[in-house]
Amino acid sequence: MKILVAVKRVVDYNVRVRPMADETGVEISNAKMSMNPFDEIAVEEAIRLKEAGIADEVVLVSLGVSQCQETLRTGLAMGADRALHVETDVELQPLAVAGLLKAIVDRENPALVVLGKQAIDDDANQTGQMLAALLGWGQGTFACAVKIESGAAVVTREIDGGTRTVSLKLPAVITTDLRLNEPRYVKLPDIMKAKKKSIEKLAPEDFDLDITPRLQTLKVSEPPKRKAGIIVDDVNELLDKLRNEAKVI
Amino acid sequence: MSKKPVFDWQDPLLFREELSEDERMVQEAAYQYATEKLMPRVTEAFRNEHTDPAIFREMGELGLLGVTMDGYGCTNMGYVCYGLIAREIERVDSGYRSMMSVQSSLVMYPIHAYGTDEQKEKYLPGLASGELIGCFGLTEPNHGSDPGSMACRAKRSGSDYILNGSKTWITNSPIADVFIVWAKDDEGIIRGFILEKDMPGLSAPKIEGKFSLRTSVTGEIVMQDVKVPQANLLPGGSGLGGPFGCLNRARFGIAWGTMGAAEFCWQAARQYVLDRKQFDRPLAANQLIQKKLADMQTEITLGLHSCLRLGRLFDAGKLAPEAISLMKRNNCGKALDIARQARDMHGGNGITDEYHVIRHVLNLESVNTYEGTHDIHALILGRAQTGIQAFTA
Repeated sequence: MKILVAVKRVVDYNVRVRPMADETGVEISNAKMSMNPFDEIAVEEAIRLKEAGIADEVVLVSLGVSQCQETLRTGLAMGADRALHVETDVELQPLAVAGLLKAIVDRENPALVVLGKQAIDDDANQTGQMLAALLGWGQGTFACAVKIESGAAVVTREIDGGTRTVSLKLPAVITTDLRLNEPRYVKLPDIMKAKKKSIEKLAPEDFDLDITPRLQTLKVSEPPKRKAGIIVDDVNELLDKLRNEAKVI
Repeated sequence: MSKKPVFDWQDPLLFREELSEDERMVQEAAYQYATEKLMPRVTEAFRNEHTDPAIFREMGELGLLGVTMDGYGCTNMGYVCYGLIAREIERVDSGYRSMMSVQSSLVMYPIHAYGTDEQKEKYLPGLASGELIGCFGLTEPNHGSDPGSMACRAKRSGSDYILNGSKTWITNSPIADVFIVWAKDDEGIIRGFILEKDMPGLSAPKIEGKFSLRTSVTGEIVMQDVKVPQANLLPGGSGLGGPFGCLNRARFGIAWGTMGAAEFCWQAARQYVLDRKQFDRPLAANQLIQKKLADMQTEITLGLHSCLRLGRLFDAGKLAPEAISLMKRNNCGKALDIARQARDMHGGNGITDEYHVIRHVLNLESVNTYEGTHDIHALILGRAQTGIQAFTA
C-alpha cells in the first residue's frame, strides 16, 4: 500500500508574527519556517504504518516556493521514501492545493492520502475535505486514531464532546488531529540518508489546472486591544450598564 | 513581501541564512531534543545534583555523539554541526553539554585519532551509541594549567604498563566505563592509555560540594598499581600534543556552547524586563536596561558569527589552535558576563532556580575556568603575537 502525505511549509509555531506595516499580509521575511505541525503528525502516522508492515511506500508532496525542499527533506529524514515538489511562487489557496493534490493522486495512485487537518498559518481546514470531494473518496477528518483492517481505514475522529469512529473504504483521505501521535525526533544519520532520497521537481504547468487565487485578502491587522474592565458598585449599576451602555439586555 | 529589510532582533545578521540545509536540520534536531527532553528535567537535576546516565543513550540514539568522526557509528557531519549541537544543548545547561563534549572530543576523538583499529572497533560504537560512558584524565591535584609537569607515571613491566597517580576535576569519571588517562612513561614522555572501570587498583570517587555543573557528575581518578596491557596504549598521540589535540576540539565546542547559554540568559532577561512593572512601567522602559540588552545582543551576535567562521575553518582544515583559544576565551568571558547581568536584571527572582539564569551563572563560572582558563588563553594569544612565552619566569 502506498501512502501520500501532503506537507506544508509554514512559519514556525514559536515565531510571533506581526502584520506588515501596509496591512497586506503577515511579516514573514527572515522568520523561521518549519513543517506544519499537523502535517508532521501525518508523516509520523504514515511512517508508523510502514513500520507496521501495512504500507510499503510513503511519498511526500509539498506545493510552493523552492525552500519547500527543506521541509520535504525533514520528512525524508523522519523516514519517508521519496518526495514530490510542485514549485511555484503563486499564492496557493485551499481549492488550488486540493486540485494539485488530486492531480498528484491521479499520477501516484496511493491507497491513502494523509494530511494535517489544517495549516497553522491560515488555519483554513479545507484542503483535506476538498480533496476527498474532488476524488470522490471517503474522508476521516480530525483523526486521533487510525487502524487499517481488511481494505478499510478505521478512523477515530475528534468531535465536539467526544470521539466518533468511522470505517472508510480505501482509497481514502485522512486529516490528522493533535492527539494522533507524537512525531519522532529526527536522527542525524537519517539526515544524511535523506540527502540521498529523491525529490522530484514538478511545476503547476505540468497539470491542466487553474490555480489562480479566488479570494482576495483585503487587510491583515492586529486584533483590537482589549480595554481595561471596571468594577461596578452594585447589581443595579451592573443592570443599568448592561441595559443602557452595552445594550445587551 | 515587504520592500524594506526587517531587523530580526534575535538574529540581527541572519545567522540562520549562513547555514546549509543539513546544518539547519541538525540544529533543529538538537533544539527539539534539548527543549523537549532536557529542559523539563534540568531544574530537579541541578537542585538535587543528579546526573542521568540515560542522557548518553538518548544523545547516542539521535546521533549527537562523535559527530565529527567517520565510521564506527559516527555521523561525520563536521565541526559546524558539532558546534550547533553544543549551542543547543548548552542553551539548556552547561553540564549536559559537558557530558557530551567529554564523550565526543575527549574520549571518542583520541581513540579515533590516536588509537589502533582494534581499539576503535572495541570502544567507538559503544561510545557513539551512549551505551558506554567515557571520561578524560589530564588535570591533577597539583597540575592544572601546567599539565606538562604531571606526576602520574606509567611504568613499563614486561608487556604491560603499571599506572600510578591521581587525576582530578574529571567530568563523568564516577559513572565512566572507559577512561582516557595521560601519564608519563619511563622516558618521561606523556602517553595516553585506555582504562576500563573494573581494572584492579582503579577508582573514581565523586567530588562533593560543587556549586556548578550539578547536572554533570565530576570526580577523581585514583590509580594504584593499575596494570594496563600494551594493547590499551594509544600509539598515535604522545607528548602534550596528544591531550591538546583533544582539548582543542572540546574548546571549540565550548566556544559555541557558551553562546547558547548566553542566548538563553539574554532572552530570559528581555522577557522578564518586558513583563515586570515597577513605578507603573515595564523595567524594559529604562535606558539602563535597554543598554544592557543591546550589549548582550551585540556580543552574542559577534560571538556566534565568529564561531561559524571558526567552524568553517576547522572543516576546511585551516584552523590554528590559537584561534580556538581566542574564541574559547572571548565567548566564555562574555557569556559569564551576560549571565551575571541577566541575573541582576531578574532582581530577587533571579536567584531562584525557577528562572534558570542563576544556574547558568554558576555553570559558566566553571566553563570560564575549565579547558584553559580565561587568563591562560590570554597567554597563548600573547605568545602568538609577541613570540615571548609568559607562562614561566
